[in-house]
Amino acid sequence: MSVESSQERLIRRGAIYPIVTAGAVVMLFPLLWTLSTSLKTIDQVTTLRIDLIPHPIAWWNYIDLFHVAPVLRYLRNTMVVVAASMFGGVVVCSFIGYGFARVSFRGRELLFMILLSTMMLPGVVQLIPLFVIFDRLGWTGTFLPLVVPRLLGHNPFYIFLLRQFFRSVPMELSDAARIDGCSEFCIWWRVVMPISKPVLAAIAIFSFQYAWNDFLSPLVYLGSNQKLWTLALGLNAFRSFEGQQTSTHYLMAMSVLMIIPVLIVFAIGQREFVRGVVMSGIRG
Amino acid sequence: MSRRALRKADAVESRAGPLARLSQFKARHRGWIGYVFILPWLVSFLWFDLIPFVLNLYLSFTDYSVGVKWPNWVGLANYTEMFTEDHLYGLSLKNTIYYMGFSVPLGIIFAFAIALLLNTDIRGRTAYRTIYYIPAVVPAVAASMIWLWIFHTRYGILNQVLRLVGIGSIRWLTRPEWAKPALIIMSLWGFGAQMVIFLAGLQGIPGELYEAAEIDGAGHWHKMRYVTIPLMTPTILFNLIMGIIGGFQVFTAAFIMTNGGPLNATLFYMLHLYNNAFRYFRMGYASAMAVVLFFIILIFTLLMMRTSERWVYYGGS
Repeated sequence: MSVESSQERLIRRGAIYPIVTAGAVVMLFPLLWTLSTSLKTIDQVTTLRIDLIPHPIAWWNYIDLFHVAPVLRYLRNTMVVVAASMFGGVVVCSFIGYGFARVSFRGRELLFMILLSTMMLPGVVQLIPLFVIFDRLGWTGTFLPLVVPRLLGHNPFYIFLLRQFFRSVPMELSDAARIDGCSEFCIWWRVVMPISKPVLAAIAIFSFQYAWNDFLSPLVYLGSNQKLWTLALGLNAFRSFEGQQTSTHYLMAMSVLMIIPVLIVFAIGQREFVRGVVMSGIRG
Repeated sequence: MSRRALRKADAVESRAGPLARLSQFKARHRGWIGYVFILPWLVSFLWFDLIPFVLNLYLSFTDYSVGVKWPNWVGLANYTEMFTEDHLYGLSLKNTIYYMGFSVPLGIIFAFAIALLLNTDIRGRTAYRTIYYIPAVVPAVAASMIWLWIFHTRYGILNQVLRLVGIGSIRWLTRPEWAKPALIIMSLWGFGAQMVIFLAGLQGIPGELYEAAEIDGAGHWHKMRYVTIPLMTPTILFNLIMGIIGGFQVFTAAFIMTNGGPLNATLFYMLHLYNNAFRYFRMGYASAMAVVLFFIILIFTLLMMRTSERWVYYGGS
């Protein structure tokens, strides 16, 4: 039985709705304003009137954009890095995670402790030496520094998440498969992977986002090789070249193009995504 | 066990049929199969973690620069320069701490408050949660473009609104006293990331605790003070530590929006490090900066853990 009377509850709810709604408007407004600006002509952009709905709606900005900047090339380059990141996350990290979760071998606990400690390692201590190593290998200005670490599953956080999930899969399933003559690799691929779809979906979304949003590593490793620039680099470069005054509408359109795929992926896998964030958060 | 006994045991097993022998074989060979599974990790750990970590430490004692064949050993020169000659170093550290001092606690307060409000039985809370979370998934580069436009002195929507209410224009990104607050405001836009973690924590609080508190006649405030907040302290600590680790490495927004300016007001630690490494090609010096930052983060984290014993509630104690 609740102490609260229905009248009190009404008042409390009456206080909550205006607060959370006002907050939600503030949170969404920058995105709506971006969309609105991306659909304006430059004359409409540089005006002192506040028009949320542009008149006329300059939808052609989204077509012109592909002429003023090599957006398609940026997109293709980004997809290369994203593909490597997703393959590394979903296939390679889960392969590693399986080893840590379900195969016993000497030194496993120690190695896992080492893996956990690398999760706490701030990326800044690897930035310069990695650049030096890749530079000596002649890899700077190519995709290799962006692709190879991801293909090797260099992400202790994903491995940790996958390992936690794999441990919850009943061992009896493995034993049954073993009796049927299934090897350890076959158990990983044909028994454990198919029933781990929720966590694999979360990893797929994380690795997509991580590669799609990444700015610092392409900035450092791709440098001035414009042919390989990703969307993140291209967007920033476009602003530096064109200046904000004359191309705000294009900048906003390009930002919208960069945000929409993330939102789509997020919308598809929202439940798995949030569960993954929470799983990684709770551990602390 | 003697050798003969062992052989006898083997014989018994081999008589036990092919199935048992198969599982024996598997058990014996699982040892090396485990290493096959973690091999990619071992390679990437050595190549991308351990060797760089050691190399970074070594480079910090040298004057290494790109294009130079071999680095020269300079001892502690980089470290002494940091704390004596380079006045921008101290400034970058101060800027970073100023930025974090506001953005981390404010972000946690907002995230916690909204999580509390969205943890009630209001209608449409899933939609609200999604809306609050969306800014957290916006790519940093796109977010920088959006806020550059919002903060624009003449046509930016923020100043337009401020002019409407009679406050007048603020030169958000071109005045030293406003640039840091502007970046702090922008960082608060992403508090949804912490909010989701708080929401999960709140949902983990057993309902019986609230019922027991109600039987004792506790009102909203008391339930908050004696049930919710104590049980949420581990989550608050987690968000605090992650906020500090991330806050010390804040880079993208400042790099794109202000590039450290105006008058170095937003020259954060990572930006100064980046400039030294990739603009002035003083990689030895930048490596030393990275080493110091590593220890600063380590000490901060350990301090938080240590003091947490006093204010964080761990179940049972």
